[in-house]
Amino acid sequence: MVGSILPARLENVEVRRKSLRLLGPVSFTLVEHGITVIMGPNGAGKSTLLRALHGMERLSAGAIRWATDQQTAQQRQAFVFQTPTLMRRTVLDNVAYPLRLAGHTRKAARGKALALLSNVGLAERADVRASVLSGGERQKMALVRALARAPEVLFLDEACANLDGSATRDIEAILQAQAQQGTRLILTTHDIGQARRLADDVLFLHRGKLVEAGPAAAFFDAPQSRAARAYLNGDIVE
Amino acid sequence: MTLRHTLSLGLSLLILTAPLRAAADEMKLAVTTSFHNSGLADVLLPAVKADLDLTVHLLVVGTGQALRLGRAGDVDAILVHAKAAEEAFVAAGHAPHRTEVMYNDFVLIGPKSDPAKIADAPDVGSALSAIWQARAPFVSRGDDSGTHTKEKALWAEIGADRTAFDPGWYRAAGAGMGATLNLASGLSAYVLSDRASWLTFGNKGDLALLFAGDAALFNQYAYLPLDPKRHPHVNAAATQAFEHWLTSPRAATLIDGYRLNGAALFHFNAAASQ
Amino acid sequence: MNARALLTPRENTTQMRQMLPLLRGIPAGVPVKVAARHWKPAMSDITQGLLAAFTLIVTLDADLIEISLRSLYVTSSAVLIASVIGLPLGCWLALRRFRFRRATIAVLNALMGLPPVVVGLLVYLLLSRSGPFGVFGLLFTPAAMIIAQVIILTPLIASIAHQAIRDLWADYHDLLISLNTSRGQRMRTLLWDGRRALLTAALAGFGRGIGEVGAIMIVGGNIDHVTRVLTTAIALETGKGDFALALGLGFVLIGLAITVNLAIHRLTGTEVRGRW
Repeated sequence: MVGSILPARLENVEVRRKSLRLLGPVSFTLVEHGITVIMGPNGAGKSTLLRALHGMERLSAGAIRWATDQQTAQQRQAFVFQTPTLMRRTVLDNVAYPLRLAGHTRKAARGKALALLSNVGLAERADVRASVLSGGERQKMALVRALARAPEVLFLDEACANLDGSATRDIEAILQAQAQQGTRLILTTHDIGQARRLADDVLFLHRGKLVEAGPAAAFFDAPQSRAARAYLNGDIVE
Repeated sequence: MTLRHTLSLGLSLLILTAPLRAAADEMKLAVTTSFHNSGLADVLLPAVKADLDLTVHLLVVGTGQALRLGRAGDVDAILVHAKAAEEAFVAAGHAPHRTEVMYNDFVLIGPKSDPAKIADAPDVGSALSAIWQARAPFVSRGDDSGTHTKEKALWAEIGADRTAFDPGWYRAAGAGMGATLNLASGLSAYVLSDRASWLTFGNKGDLALLFAGDAALFNQYAYLPLDPKRHPHVNAAATQAFEHWLTSPRAATLIDGYRLNGAALFHFNAAASQ
Repeated sequence: MNARALLTPRENTTQMRQMLPLLRGIPAGVPVKVAARHWKPAMSDITQGLLAAFTLIVTLDADLIEISLRSLYVTSSAVLIASVIGLPLGCWLALRRFRFRRATIAVLNALMGLPPVVVGLLVYLLLSRSGPFGVFGLLFTPAAMIIAQVIILTPLIASIAHQAIRDLWADYHDLLISLNTSRGQRMRTLLWDGRRALLTAALAGFGRGIGEVGAIMIVGGNIDHVTRVLTTAIALETGKGDFALALGLGFVLIGLAITVNLAIHRLTGTEVRGRW
């Protein structure tokens, strides 16, 4: 086993679109364990930070240094998008796809995919086209697909934003189980309740800047910044 | 799986339809549309196949294009009817000689009502003059074909400046004989056609044969084999054998005996082959 | 006179066959028969055309089958080759960002409107004995016709493929980037998942190719039993003023195109399984 890709150090990371600064400068260290929840009002730069961590944003300044080389780090991450991408295939082949990319035979990939789908109760939907799944099922499928290559770090961008209560509960259960197995989770959410339920650590962003970072319990009990206090109180934060 | 189906379908189509032909002795002969329309080729070529075991592939094009194909070396021989151009072709070294084989004639076609009254003209010059005077609609091939060359020569003989004609009545089609006849049929216009194309033409409509028989309208066909010194890839043995056959009494019988609607079309006039 | 022929189908069939000098091998004693094929149109040309098509098909006319198969052979080969070039090209254009990408796409779209006659002339000049590829002796062979059609069809197929893949790429972009896919893997995934749309591109190419006459007339030469296909036969008969036979062959051509489309849709289940 190769050494962990964590910790990851962010040094003055900035993301700009034209003249607009979406994020940064942000500096912090992402440690090896737990569930980190990125919080903040709309436009604070949560998704941008998450995508930057995953290497999907071009950094205008600064650097992100993983414990391993970039290539290895990239291969051991996975990302779940707010709107799941449905490949024009069956559910089974959607989940098998990352395994096929990793060089598994079609048969092996499908076998493993079916096992993964069974874990989340989607086995009997394996042979339908992904487009006929319900919203909750789609996100579960996307989650299973992201987990297929057993990533060390899993990013989730508002993964439950459009889901009803029971689907959200199912997904949170999967996430907690994964975290217990040692998968490092980093997610953004609007749902303060979800953040309380899942977070070990919180990163609070405001206007592209990292305002607070620390253990969840401390953050929820006694937020240090005015923005975070207002946000947790349900006030409008500008 | 489905893609595989598609591919295998495509491949089986290819295999099924791939033309399987034995490569017998063959040659390519560029001929004019008028010759092909006469149907004479359908009599001559099977006889050539039987007598010489030679398959002659016909490329049916205008005289201009036939000469062009010959100059480029894309055919083995040509059979056309444009004496001046043929002599230039020989002079340029593309063919060792031209061999006159047969002639047919051109005819003047026009609407049955014959507004320019050409039916009783004493000769073709008077007939064309009458059309010119009446400014009656006339369709020209306008494509530098043998027929077009003939038409230009006829106008020149009566001292008419073709290029000054009003396009209101003189239309240059820029098309083959069939398309030109179709146009004349649609416009109820006069047109110069070879007799064979006219007889086999299926869309006569209001048109009728109005004037024929003047010796000035005779149309000499000549055979020009490509010079193998100039174009080494030509099948010289085949072009020679075909020329020999084309000037033989056997060909004479078939050509003179050919009838279309009971009318003789071609007159064999080749110098007897040795 | 043809009213009588209509009443007596057997005679009518004979007459139809005699008016098909193009398609019938001319047997011995031809002059008599040739004279008989000169008929006067009594029915409208369209009715005659339908009748000609019907007669040709029910009698399984050997020459009709030959030229139809040759049409299929030439166009299927051209579509296959043009797809092998055009589909990846369209996909590549959708994926890659390079300096002249827009210009390339504009050129591609413009080439779709290229008159087949120009392509034919170009291929003729290239394959002519006096042209650069003359030594291969390909002119006036089915291979020359396939080459011309490949040139005509590739821009069409590539352009339709580009549009289809561009839309699919917009859908798949984040996922494929996130999964750290190589360029080759992206191409393969998009080509595979876009296969229905790509099949449509190929079928559009087939439709254009099977009905094309300008280019293959020039480079094929419409030689009987060698390079004559349905469209060049139609042009030939139209030139002879035999509209009924030309139209009859036209109906056969349409029927052939429809059959191929249905067969491929059936084999791939495109129109059965709904959206994909």
